[in-house]
Amino acid sequence: MSEKQSKFHGLLFLFFFITGMILSVWVVLRNGWWLPELASDRETIDKIFVTIFIIAGILFILSELSLSFFVLKYSGDPNRRAFYLPGNTKKEILWSILPGTLVVIILEISAEFLGGASLWGRIYGEVPKDAFLVEITGEQFAWNVRYPGPDGKFGKTDPKLISTDNPLGIDISDEAAKDDIVFPAGQGILYLPLNRPVVFLIRSKDVIHSPYLPNFRVKQDAVPGMTTRTWFVPKKEGEFELACAELCGLGHYRMKLPVVVEPAEKVEEWLREQTPAADLYY
Amino acid sequence: MSVEHAAVEVHHKESFLTKYIFSTDHKTIARQYLITGIIWGVIGMILSWFMRLQLAYPNQPMPFLEKILGRWAEGGILKPEFYVALITMHGTIMVFFLLTAGLSGTFSNYLIPLQIGARDMAFPVLNMLSYWVFFAASVVMLISFFVQTGPAGAGWTMYPPLSAIKSAIPGADVGATLWLISMGLFIVSSLLGALNYITTTLNYRTKGMSMWRLPITVWGMFVTAILGLLSFPVLLAGAVMLIFDREFGTSFFVPGGLVVGGQPVPHEGGNPILWQHLFWFLGHPEVYIVLLPAVSLVGEILATNARKPLFAYKVSVGALIGIGALSMIVWGHHMYVSGMNPILGEVFVITTLAISFPTAILIFNYLVTIWRGNLRLTPGMLFALGFLGLFIPGALTGAFLATAPVDIQLHDTYFVVAHFHFTMATAAAFGMFAGVYHWFPKMFGRMMNDKLGKIHFWGTFIGVYLIFFPMFFQGIAGVPRRYYSFTEYNFTSQFVGLNKFITIAAFVAGATQLIFLFNFFWSMFKGPKADKNPWKANTLEWQTDSPPPHGNWGPELPVVYRGPYEYSVPGAEEDYIPQTVPIKVEAK
Amino acid sequence: MIKKSVSLLLLALVVSLSFGQNATLKGVVKFKGEAPKPRLISMKADRQCDAMHGGKPVEAEDVVVNQNGTLKWVFVYVKEGVKGKYNPPAEPVVLDQQGCWYHPHVFGIMVGQKLEVRNSDPLLHNIHAMPKKNKPFNIGQPVKGMKSYYTFTVPEVMVPFKCDVHPWMSAYAGVLDHPFFSVTGDKGEFEIKNLPPGTYTIEAWHAKLGTQVQTITVKAGETKTIEFTFERKK
Repeated sequence: MSEKQSKFHGLLFLFFFITGMILSVWVVLRNGWWLPELASDRETIDKIFVTIFIIAGILFILSELSLSFFVLKYSGDPNRRAFYLPGNTKKEILWSILPGTLVVIILEISAEFLGGASLWGRIYGEVPKDAFLVEITGEQFAWNVRYPGPDGKFGKTDPKLISTDNPLGIDISDEAAKDDIVFPAGQGILYLPLNRPVVFLIRSKDVIHSPYLPNFRVKQDAVPGMTTRTWFVPKKEGEFELACAELCGLGHYRMKLPVVVEPAEKVEEWLREQTPAADLYY
Repeated sequence: MSVEHAAVEVHHKESFLTKYIFSTDHKTIARQYLITGIIWGVIGMILSWFMRLQLAYPNQPMPFLEKILGRWAEGGILKPEFYVALITMHGTIMVFFLLTAGLSGTFSNYLIPLQIGARDMAFPVLNMLSYWVFFAASVVMLISFFVQTGPAGAGWTMYPPLSAIKSAIPGADVGATLWLISMGLFIVSSLLGALNYITTTLNYRTKGMSMWRLPITVWGMFVTAILGLLSFPVLLAGAVMLIFDREFGTSFFVPGGLVVGGQPVPHEGGNPILWQHLFWFLGHPEVYIVLLPAVSLVGEILATNARKPLFAYKVSVGALIGIGALSMIVWGHHMYVSGMNPILGEVFVITTLAISFPTAILIFNYLVTIWRGNLRLTPGMLFALGFLGLFIPGALTGAFLATAPVDIQLHDTYFVVAHFHFTMATAAAFGMFAGVYHWFPKMFGRMMNDKLGKIHFWGTFIGVYLIFFPMFFQGIAGVPRRYYSFTEYNFTSQFVGLNKFITIAAFVAGATQLIFLFNFFWSMFKGPKADKNPWKANTLEWQTDSPPPHGNWGPELPVVYRGPYEYSVPGAEEDYIPQTVPIKVEAK
Repeated sequence: MIKKSVSLLLLALVVSLSFGQNATLKGVVKFKGEAPKPRLISMKADRQCDAMHGGKPVEAEDVVVNQNGTLKWVFVYVKEGVKGKYNPPAEPVVLDQQGCWYHPHVFGIMVGQKLEVRNSDPLLHNIHAMPKKNKPFNIGQPVKGMKSYYTFTVPEVMVPFKCDVHPWMSAYAGVLDHPFFSVTGDKGEFEIKNLPPGTYTIEAWHAKLGTQVQTITVKAGETKTIEFTFERKK
């Protein structure tokens, strides 16, 4: 080391991280930038998120501050020599492996044992029997919505039957199709019953879309050629937004579907007022 | 005279064309990669400025945009389809052309032969071909900006059917074909490079250079090359299949019964998720193909400038190998909500969390390396420290995304954007900057300006934080990525103001890069002449001239007697002992 | 100066009259049978569009039967028999997007003539044209007042237009290399002027009800009246 190194950089690192952390906390609290208000039964996601947030936050602060502190404290001095520490001995090797192991254990615990795995299994497992079914089909750049009607079954569809009159290609000769209630893309909003399991059957007519309901912690890609599924229980009344989360083209940023959660009876009543497919597609 | 003669025998005299253009010298090829990479970096950055302008001022006419972009910004309003093309090209250019070719191409080429004591690569002509195939890929990609329907616009991930059906978006027309051809060429170039790096590392090490005496950089490049060799061909296969779907009526990725723009699509029987598997089978290792060279450059620079041995060298090398191996089996974490089998999702959660193990070890070892060191804060060292400063939040936020249920909420939001910009994009860029500042004296025989380098560092480091840290909060609040405007939803419109702030930060940080460009090109011709070993480093490249002659060494190859990190050894005269110093000298 | 131009104008008029012994073809398109109930378009999912129509649904223009029993939005044109070359007029055809709706629903345009697509709504529309012979295009207009221009290169009947953001929006363009076409309006009438004497195949095209063809012969200076009648299929 031929010349003494300035303390400036270490100080700037420390100053930057400390003020940055304080400022971010202040700005975030002031503006309330956080997860959107929870409106479904998926509170486990929030719980895991917050747990990891705290652990990662502590690790972030510790490691950035020690990095900054090291830069300040150990800035070069010609009269000093670095501490020779090659890390070859068994003990040192153990030391180098220990923190990584700890990190992994902490993360595994928070991710898997706070209910993450069981929630995952629940979302993709059996669907409750009395669930409220709704099919949403993405197309550039709007959502078709279909309810199964009183029989609780969706009628067959066939892409060959798709036309402006029949955007989903419903095969009206199928008994189950006659009472289906269809809202062609962009022409209907999504009504969901409060406190009742809702099953989304998700499809796409053209490219990959992804219905995303930030308040419900729900996101599941709509893949053309197959039907994907997810389910949840709406827990709050009111109007929410469904956005598209998978790039689907130039209108991706406004492929919106308003979602209204109302008491179950009200939704049932509203459904009864709608025109069934049999009266529309002759 | 006899020395000259011997060198001439090994490597005869060259004309201008063979010396600077069609050169087979690994050092020239490295510089070609570096300068091409820098050009791509500038283009990629300018693309991001257009995106930032749109996000900061949605729906506000900016007439100057029309002057620059023509029909893509009629009336000064950026077209949404061009915005999609911008994100696609920004991603492609930065990930592949700058941080893969620019980074690996430069430093693998430059450092592997020099640090292992070889005269050149194992296959110099193949090496030259590798660059020129990359150059061809670059030209094709550049041409795609000027076709009628614009460059590729389906995201850098090019998910079909959006990328497969030409009428789905203008960017799925000729632009996408050119993108696929360009990527095909690019992959061929990477494979040629990787073959060379692996063969050279295994077979051309000089006397005494055992694998455990290799600098960590060579290990990093070596693991990277293996990763590339194993994963890039999969994307090549995918790209060829996608070209067939687009041009020759096959249906690998496009299912039957689709209707686009009101018209039926004549495909039958494909599966879009297949592409996602093929893409991410490369796509995730690609993250490490970008990251590992940067990590290893940083390790080398930290040890050299901390004047301390790299802590637990063997463990760190093991961690590099571990990251490389695990990176091949974690790709599914990009696809938790893709419709993939959910049980598979659970498996990928475990492998993904497992990869944090070697990563944490590596970062910890690096921190211990600077602990109680004697830090020389050169611009290269600052960028290496900055790498750690950026990689830490990037790596930690990976834990959120690795956890499948949390990823349901965060997938495809700005949280992901912030995460990968910290963890691989800017971190790798910092690794690259660190490498450029550190090895510039060796590459060009001149020193870069120290003051300008430090200003460049601080502008960039603070800028990166101001740009990407707020995006974590946008993502937590649920803002999806690849949105042309935040104005359409209640939960996104709260961030229109914050977007202005980010945009200003992006322009300031971007402008700071002009300082670097000036410093780089000015120093190349006008910088003070560099010594052989300006950083008092141990590795072999610093024991030859700056820049090294054609053939790298004099008539005799260097002989290696020790490991690369013998810094501040107690009892030694100097605080460094080059690898070429025989053991007995130390003993006295 | 004024005198001169007036006399020039007169001269031009005389010349065009003496050479303009061309025929006119006119008539109506009738609809037989009971008018179908119009399909109702509710714009509920796009709150902005919905508000522009006061939250009320809009009647689709697939099959519009006028009060007098005639059919609106029928494209009547000369399919065969036109000789000679015709230059496109300088003024563009305007396709307006207003209230999340195309105006007009059906129109004719000449090869080489400019098509001006205008966005009069303060929101995103995209013009997705899916021609078979011409080059398809797909372009976004994110803000109010944007205009885009296109020209078609080969005749094509019809070119469908769709807005993917509002999938109910649809329009059709008949692209021809001559000016002999007309679109029926609120009275179901069409008129093709300046048709040189000769024998022609006339086609009437409707988006939902198909096409009908008649062959006619017109003499110089004649005004010929013909009639088409469409019926509900099925």
